[in-house]
Amino acid sequence: MVGLQEFARQSKNPLGWGGTNVTERQHIIIKGVKEGLVFLLDDKCEFAALLDELQYKLEKTHQQLLTGPLVHVHVKLGARQVTDDDKDRIKNVIRAQGNLMVQSVESDPPKIDSQQDQQPNLQVLTSIIRSGQTYEHDGDLLLIGDLNPGGTLLCTGDIYVLGALRGTAHAGIGGRTDVIIATSLMKPTQLRIADVISRPPEEWMTGDAAMEFAFLSEGRMQIDKLAQLFRIRHNPIMFKGV
Amino acid sequence: MGEAIVVTSGKGGVGKTTTSANLGTALALLGKKVCMVDTDIGLRNLDVVMGLENRIIYDLVDVAEGRCRLNQALVKDKRFDELYMLPAAQTKDKDSVTPEQVRNMILELKKDHDYVIIDCPAGIEHGFRNAIAGADRAIVITTPENAAVRDADRVIGLLEQEKIPSKLIINRIRQNMMKTGEMLDIDEICQVLAVDLVGIVPDDEKVISAANNGEPTVMNPASRAAIAYRNIARRILGDMVPLMLLDEKAGAFKRFRKFLGIG
Repeated sequence: MVGLQEFARQSKNPLGWGGTNVTERQHIIIKGVKEGLVFLLDDKCEFAALLDELQYKLEKTHQQLLTGPLVHVHVKLGARQVTDDDKDRIKNVIRAQGNLMVQSVESDPPKIDSQQDQQPNLQVLTSIIRSGQTYEHDGDLLLIGDLNPGGTLLCTGDIYVLGALRGTAHAGIGGRTDVIIATSLMKPTQLRIADVISRPPEEWMTGDAAMEFAFLSEGRMQIDKLAQLFRIRHNPIMFKGV
Repeated sequence: MGEAIVVTSGKGGVGKTTTSANLGTALALLGKKVCMVDTDIGLRNLDVVMGLENRIIYDLVDVAEGRCRLNQALVKDKRFDELYMLPAAQTKDKDSVTPEQVRNMILELKKDHDYVIIDCPAGIEHGFRNAIAGADRAIVITTPENAAVRDADRVIGLLEQEKIPSKLIINRIRQNMMKTGEMLDIDEICQVLAVDLVGIVPDDEKVISAANNGEPTVMNPASRAAIAYRNIARRILGDMVPLMLLDEKAGAFKRFRKFLGIG
């Protein structure tokens, strides 16, 4: 058995046993269609192995492809997630053969990922943001502690401050206008939602500033008591058995 | 092994040097061996406040550059045997020493002294980095003004990043202005800064005259600020001392009116 394994390992050497190589490498299927060629690349194996095999097939086993006229190539990567760099590397390998022209490199990663992105990404931060400190977060943020004057919170989603909000809070930095800034004590230096900026207390007067939230209504910053939040954002609750 | 305490504030003119001088003297008064280090290179003041200006031979930069030994640069106080000061250079600037060099000096000083009080320059640049390099803990000074509180907040944040625990002194309090709401309230300041308060010091004209005479206020028990500084020194040693009452000394007549309920 040991001898066989040894043999298999040796066979991975590109200069080695061609016959074994062909049986091992079946990650790439090349199909001819009306527009040209479609390369179907396996989406489970390692990316480096894929590149090696692609190069091997083009240079060693499928040389007949390279002798003809200009051929359009469509590359399909299946469910593999690739970066633009990876796509370029595939293109470069194929382009290196004179007559192959890459038309498209496609991959459709599973939908589950995109659904996860849409789910609220709430982060809980227990800290005190002091003057000169900035905290940025992609999603919603719950700060347990104070935001002091001179400190900044930046969020693509909602900002909830369980403590005093005395500094600058910017919700919806990505441009979302449906977000809110809620806090136990609303004494901000400046509030921003999307690209609307408001400076208290010149623009709005608050009462005791306790348990309030800021939101956009017709492009203007509004402040209201937290108890009123359900009027603009209502999550229905299904009660059972009552 | 002693403890190094840096006195800092961010903003200038809130009383870092005065506090350093008075805390150092108060600790010496309580029988501790203390060394004060002035890290405000180029704008040294601690020697003037202590009245030791004319005794300086070498300074902190001389030690850093190896022109003298650390012990040679220490200036002994004229009032206490156990109180020393390491003066800053007046002719160089703050870049002439590195945080590493200051850290080594403080380590050396901690071996022979119970407390090393480091007087920090204003600002948060190189000089600040030098001053906090060897510190075990920090005392942040603020006054009841928005600008000073804002800078203190920034400094506390920077100290937190360096893992140096800080405590707060609120300096130059005027009770009558606080009462009328013209000045920030002590509670308000503590709420914003969210650090332990180690003492409050009332605004006292005697501090100014004492500094001009080169005599720390703390030596004059008639001054209210002196009592405040002595209390802070005792709290640093771990004693439980209640915060001083800020009300102006009530005269006999006033007390009588209060007794009757019309004061």
